[in-house]
Amino acid sequence: MADAAIHGHDHEDQRSFFTRWFMSTNHKDIGILYLIVSALVGFISVAFTVYMRMELMDPGVQYMCMEGARFTAAATEACTPNGHLWNVLITGHGILMMFFVVIPALFGGFGNYFMPLQIGAPDMAFPRMNNLSFWMYVAGTTLAVCSVLSPGGNEQLGSGVGWVLYPPLSVNEGGISMDLAIFAVHVSGASSILGAINMITTFLNMRAPGMTLFKVPLFSWSIFVTSWLILLSLPVLAGAITMLLTDRNFGTTFFDPAGGGDPILYQHILWFFGHPEVYIIILPGFGLISHVIATFSRKPVFGYLPMVWAIIAIGALGFVVWAHHMYTVGMSLTQQSYFMLATMVIAVPTGVKVFSWIATMWGGSIEMKTPMLWAFGFLFLFTVGGVTGIVLSQAGVDRAYHDTYYVVAHFHYVMSLGAVFCIFAGIYFYFSKMTGRDYPEWAGKLHFWMMFIGANLTFFPQHFLGRQGMPRRYIDYPEAYAYWNEISSYGAFLSFASFVFFFGIVIYSLLAGKRNTAANPWNEYADTLEWTLPSPPPEHTFEILPKQEDWDKQPSH
Amino acid sequence: MAHVKNHDYHILNPSLWPLLGAVAAFVMLFGATVAMKGETTILGGMITISGPWMGLIGFVGVLYVMFGWWADTVTENKVGDHTPVVLIGLRYGFILFIMSEVMFFSAWFWSFFKHAMYPMGEMSPMVDGVWPPVGIETFDPWHLPLINTLILLCSGAAATWAHHAIAHEGNRKDMINGLAIAVALGLIFTVFQAYEYQHAAFGFSGNIYGANFFMATGFHGFHVIVGTIFLFICMLRAMRGHFSPEQHLGFEAAAWYWHFVDVVWLFLFAAVYVWGG
Repeated sequence: MADAAIHGHDHEDQRSFFTRWFMSTNHKDIGILYLIVSALVGFISVAFTVYMRMELMDPGVQYMCMEGARFTAAATEACTPNGHLWNVLITGHGILMMFFVVIPALFGGFGNYFMPLQIGAPDMAFPRMNNLSFWMYVAGTTLAVCSVLSPGGNEQLGSGVGWVLYPPLSVNEGGISMDLAIFAVHVSGASSILGAINMITTFLNMRAPGMTLFKVPLFSWSIFVTSWLILLSLPVLAGAITMLLTDRNFGTTFFDPAGGGDPILYQHILWFFGHPEVYIIILPGFGLISHVIATFSRKPVFGYLPMVWAIIAIGALGFVVWAHHMYTVGMSLTQQSYFMLATMVIAVPTGVKVFSWIATMWGGSIEMKTPMLWAFGFLFLFTVGGVTGIVLSQAGVDRAYHDTYYVVAHFHYVMSLGAVFCIFAGIYFYFSKMTGRDYPEWAGKLHFWMMFIGANLTFFPQHFLGRQGMPRRYIDYPEAYAYWNEISSYGAFLSFASFVFFFGIVIYSLLAGKRNTAANPWNEYADTLEWTLPSPPPEHTFEILPKQEDWDKQPSH
Repeated sequence: MAHVKNHDYHILNPSLWPLLGAVAAFVMLFGATVAMKGETTILGGMITISGPWMGLIGFVGVLYVMFGWWADTVTENKVGDHTPVVLIGLRYGFILFIMSEVMFFSAWFWSFFKHAMYPMGEMSPMVDGVWPPVGIETFDPWHLPLINTLILLCSGAAATWAHHAIAHEGNRKDMINGLAIAVALGLIFTVFQAYEYQHAAFGFSGNIYGANFFMATGFHGFHVIVGTIFLFICMLRAMRGHFSPEQHLGFEAAAWYWHFVDVVWLFLFAAVYVWGG
């Protein structure tokens, strides 16, 4: 674009490597750092799942033995099942994915990089604190990994209590592993809260001249609402796990009936955080998907205002539905009815979003480029996950499904297929913007189809397993569940292969990908401000604030 | 940076504080687990650590980073980086921080109200449905707790006097006087609270009343200490001639924080001491 030069600033980048990446006060560099670290942590976390699916592939325990963890099934040697190792892996997978992969990638990575660009801000409101958020995230990740490798329960390494850290198990688990996990969540929580403060302030205080609230692009709106959820829910979790910590170490009885405490209280406080948390994970994805779908349908997004209000409504409702995670703990019927009703109400704004995306595509000239494939996949699969969510929201039906693989399938459809597909859509959408290079289109498409087939193969059969009554969180299962478990494992291996392939694509594209420094590689419907900048953007962007005509393409709304 | 800036936002130079702060936080928390658990072997038996020293080193590191970081911030204010729009942003940021603190306290109040309104239950060996629990001797709210309430409210009033002095009159002397009173009353509150803790007829461990009481008032007490230090630093800065009717955001933030601590105490006093005692 012709006016790119006035926004960019040509100058030699004089920062040393250490200054640029370790002392950064630059939102774009910090965004990149977030993406890199979350990709690495994601790899660890996905590797856990491959090992778990290996174990679940056949009935009986073949790999996770007390005699030592194996990678080949040695039929001749004896194998005593090591349930603790299994529990550590599911816990590690959950904690890493929830706190250290998806939020940092979508909120930390894309939020940091693109929210200021979309609103025409020269940087974040608190650039130095931004870096503190990142490094505290790294510190938290390190504590979490230390936790997996430290002395824990059952005279073994790591804690096997599940990512929700329910007492009394989490209070009784031995060793320092559990305490390290608690502190890991504390630190990453503080990091997210500081990030949220930063994002909200940037959004409120640094929008380009003339950009009133309802002219802000949808991705920035989604980051803004997500920030509020983080700001208001994470401190409550910090309180809950602090109580766990004192119950463990100082003999308090918050969750121990022996001293008058109540373990169900922990579940309430945890889920008061935990339900907003699932919207923290998915909302930025909603924002990204809106831009991708509009761009590749060559139409402005349908129903901008309802889309914004739907995000706000989902965020607000997310705070008042938490106990649908705990229908079976013995709440009164009135309570269960309320939480059931409130949960189903969320389907309304979510429906607004899904139908608006479809309406955006309706009559558009759809281009099936890689990011659009991912968005398409997201739309289909998130809807499947949403529909099973409606099933699970019914307290009566949940009696049968609670803690079965049906739940596992449901939340992986919204997260592993929903949020993660958003991350990949975002990466392919913005790859040339961030790096100035292109990925091979065929490779991106192959990655999509491998992941799409692999993930469906993994999780769709788990609905059947759940309906058959297979409980979650066990290392082994009876013969009757063998068929779908084997298929599910093949799916997991295919997904893992696609993930490895993805790393290959990124490395190849960074080193040898075709140069593409066009400000806007897509079309005129990619009309937000980041597409007016050169690719990759210079160190400092918008040193002259953008003018209204640079971004106000639809003055009607 | 040798850049021409064409806007009023604050673009910062690279800084080592965030990295140092995160490293210090890691050392502090790892050290804290070691201190709580006693001797700990890490890295497959290669290193054995014990005692509180690791946590203390980390804590000193955190304090050092806070000092250095905020000293930088004060310097940036002096050289004029804090334009009106940056000041608005800093205000937003601090208000949001206080909102997150409110939600942090809501966890303690949640636990308190749950247990006070629906005490014990069938699972517990303690007498069902009675609050405070049988055998717990609580404080009389109308003695020391009431005095503490008045002390904290007076302290808040003194902080407001200091704010009025600098904001409307540019009167630094009255500001310093007001802050001195606020800090002194804050200290007295802390001392009284420590005295009360020593005379508590119940402990932190073993019963839910003590756990709720000490956790809620303890975290409040911690916030009182932080707020007192915050006000004290503002007093030192005022003595050095910082702050003017236009530029006194650091102090304003301290005053907001102090009022927040005040309000939390009023809720604690009403709920934990009077209603739940």
